Amino acid sequence: MYTQGLDQKPDTEKQVDGTEQLVRFQARIDADEKIEPKDWMPDGYRKTLIRQISQHAHSEIVGMLPEGNWITRAPTLRRKAILLAKVQDEAGHGLYLYSATETLGVSRDQLTEQLLTGKAKYSSIFNYPTLSWADIGAIGWLVDGAAIMNQIPLCRCSYGPYARAMVRVCKEESFHQRQGFEIMLELSRGSDAQRRMAQDALNRWWWPSLMMFGPSDVDSKHSAQSMAWKIKRFSNDELRQKFVDVTVPQAEFLGLTMPDTDLDWNESRGHYDFGEIDWQEFYEVLKGNGPCNRERLAARQSAHDDGAWVRTAAVAYAQKQKRRCQAA
Amino acid sequence: MKKEDWPLFEIFIRSRSGLSHRHVGSLHAADASMALDHARDLYTRRGEGVSLWAVESRNIAASDPAESSALFEPAEDKIYRHPTFYEVPEGVENL
Repeated sequence: MYTQGLDQKPDTEKQVDGTEQLVRFQARIDADEKIEPKDWMPDGYRKTLIRQISQHAHSEIVGMLPEGNWITRAPTLRRKAILLAKVQDEAGHGLYLYSATETLGVSRDQLTEQLLTGKAKYSSIFNYPTLSWADIGAIGWLVDGAAIMNQIPLCRCSYGPYARAMVRVCKEESFHQRQGFEIMLELSRGSDAQRRMAQDALNRWWWPSLMMFGPSDVDSKHSAQSMAWKIKRFSNDELRQKFVDVTVPQAEFLGLTMPDTDLDWNESRGHYDFGEIDWQEFYEVLKGNGPCNRERLAARQSAHDDGAWVRTAAVAYAQKQKRRCQAA
Repeated sequence: MKKEDWPLFEIFIRSRSGLSHRHVGSLHAADASMALDHARDLYTRRGEGVSLWAVESRNIAASDPAESSALFEPAEDKIYRHPTFYEVPEGVENL
């Protein structure tokens, strides 16, 4: 029951015994209890979740654009059907997450507006272009792979609606990664030109995929509090390392080379060492200066504008049906 | 006209006959029949069910979590409502 009206508690209640409630709240979190929409929660917890879940929702929605770019040009009917299903899943994931955000007392209209005005961020990975068919393979394999790494711990997030949405998302996401790997596998077993295409896609998507885990732990603004609230379970750097460790052997299987000369197995750590991420690039893309930021937002804006008459017509039709029903 | 005019619906799915409908999530739609259409696309892309319910969220009355102890605690000390409360002597069967 995710009705918004009931989510809001009067402010006075918080002022009266805010600390006692805070202690009780943290105790519930520490006991691994889930927080549900109508439960009392600190403003910071609510705000953090609204920011994080809505960013996540926006990412799913904007994430449809780079892949949608290849639906009409997928090499076979099988590939086209798979890509259509995947992009439709992303829309679904966006909607589960918007619903979860709305349980925190923010409306869908506000969320859409925050995306379209650029006030809300989305994952900067989607500001890179998809130049060849191999990019669809690389996105499924690397981008969805990184997303899964991020999302699996979120299934245990302390906020019930977010955790439940993530369970659904994760269940559906694993086919996304496999279909991407399959594309890469087929290309890597193909002609020289196809192998070059696969390598080129890996070269362009590897570093942005590593950036998806967010700033390094030392620079991450929100991490410590989010960990205490059990919104986050692992740090950005831990997850990034895990992703590198599982992905490098997959690249070796494909016979592709990671675009990182510092990449090396470190026996004593039991992990791969890897090169320094270009954080300058990360922050530039985040600020709106990536290769496709303007294009992505323009596409969302025009989809929203072009759909306005449909929304209006649907409401008019619903009202007409209601009137007829009442008259009968 | 703003999207806000599309009310929120709660969606329930019966995964197969013999089981009750279970809440799976919510969505916005202009009316109930559109809610069912959207629910089909949103919540049953992988054969999750054989029947859908859409209920407008504002029509659901919900208990207040702040009152939960007053509501549910009285049941906690009535352990004699459970069969395990009663001692069954050795040798007595079919009880």
